[in-house]
Amino acid sequence: MSAVPTREVARRVFAREFNDATYSFKESDDERAPVYSLLPTGERANRVFVVGTLTETEDVGDESEYWRGRVVDPTGTFFVYAGQYQPDAAGVLRDTEPPAYVSVVGKPRTYETDDGTVNVSLRPESITIVDAATRDRWVVETAERTIDRIERFADGEGEYVTLATEHYGEDLSEYESAVVTALEGIEDEVPAEAD
Amino acid sequence: MTDLRTHAEEIRDQFSDSLDLTVEDVEERLETLVSEYKVPVEEARRSVVNHYLEEAGIEREEMAGANDQVALAEVDEPERWIDVTAKVVELWEPRSDSIAQVGLLGDESGTIKFTKWAKSDLPELEEGAVYRLGNVVTDEYQGRYSVKLNRTTTIQALEEDLEVGDNEVVVEGALVDVQSGSGLIKRCPEEDCTRVLQNGRCSEHGEVEGEFDLRIKGVLDDGEEVHEVIFDQDATETLTGISLSEAREMAMDALDTAVVADEMRDLILGRYYRVEGPTFTRYVLADDVEELSGPADPEAVLIKARSIA
Repeated sequence: MSAVPTREVARRVFAREFNDATYSFKESDDERAPVYSLLPTGERANRVFVVGTLTETEDVGDESEYWRGRVVDPTGTFFVYAGQYQPDAAGVLRDTEPPAYVSVVGKPRTYETDDGTVNVSLRPESITIVDAATRDRWVVETAERTIDRIERFADGEGEYVTLATEHYGEDLSEYESAVVTALEGIEDEVPAEAD
Repeated sequence: MTDLRTHAEEIRDQFSDSLDLTVEDVEERLETLVSEYKVPVEEARRSVVNHYLEEAGIEREEMAGANDQVALAEVDEPERWIDVTAKVVELWEPRSDSIAQVGLLGDESGTIKFTKWAKSDLPELEEGAVYRLGNVVTDEYQGRYSVKLNRTTTIQALEEDLEVGDNEVVVEGALVDVQSGSGLIKRCPEEDCTRVLQNGRCSEHGEVEGEFDLRIKGVLDDGEEVHEVIFDQDATETLTGISLSEAREMAMDALDTAVVADEMRDLILGRYYRVEGPTFTRYVLADDVEELSGPADPEAVLIKARSIA
């Protein structure tokens, strides 16, 4: 109703699914229209929020700095790239000694390699150092959101469910088991409560 | 067209006890006024209602009960004719001669702006008093709703008092952005002007000696919904642990106020919070702030995950 432009929500998605989201699209022909990455569980993502362990950083730039960080969650690795246009995020990658827990807010980006494979990466808006409790909360939250999407997918409703089926097929079993594995990892850490 | 039909149906229903009207007749009357005479729909409706009132020999006051009695927080569409019972929480200075009174009405559910037109010639409302207002019309501007009192509005002063709610909400999520205008800011010192200065200038009063304040405009995101949250000085101190005097020292040492916002970003971005407070336009005003730092419980989600996997 209102004329105020709405901010894109930051989707919660595990690395396993994120890296499979190779199809991206725009909703209009406008040059400046937002780019969405299509998640295999049938949702569009213009922005994601990720918490994981920064395990490696490397300056892969030629003339100017271009930092690559590996951010690992229980299901896989997010590749985060930050250069001169993301000075704050690049600064964090430059200055942080891995391993460290980090939160990343960013945009999904795809690029095609010389051999034709499409790689998915994350262009950060911000990276901050956080603690283990924040990481655990993210894992549980991301599991919940992923299950919600899988359930909606099973109902077969929605434009992006149809689109995802066309591009990636109907088999979500690897994302289902990734959710279980991720949660079991958290469960093992939590000290059992004595009744 | 469908819009007029809706109005016509409502008018027919309004008179269902006194006149045997058909929607087509009512709609035709409205249509004539709106299409041929270019009368605004609201005015056309008033005119048609008046016509039928006369025909039925009813005073307008008696009709007031025909509307729905609506809680202020439930107002979510413009151009709806409603009855409300509300307290005059505040009266503001009208900015135009065409407005007799303007201010804030409140009931248990929340508050809403009201406007009373000068030409409506209605009795004066008193601050703090509770009224039953019959036949006010809702309006919307940039996503905010208000009610307008008009010539047909009935005003009945009530003896009772009323506890005014404040549209309080609770939101949880990750803090995914700290927007510009956050950190150590300067406000205009002119009386009743609290505008934030841009490069030492107030948009209303020009170059002024600003007063320091702390504020964060942040975004809480739970993966489904996005909430913009404003943290005032107290809430910012709770959130970041940085007090106004500490922030001033930091800025003085660095000869730059931006260091405060940078430091705050490092402390709060990418963490989870629970915020409680009233809403104002599209913002939640944080009264109560809590970091969600306790251990996460995977049990419930795990049971669900195993059931579908």
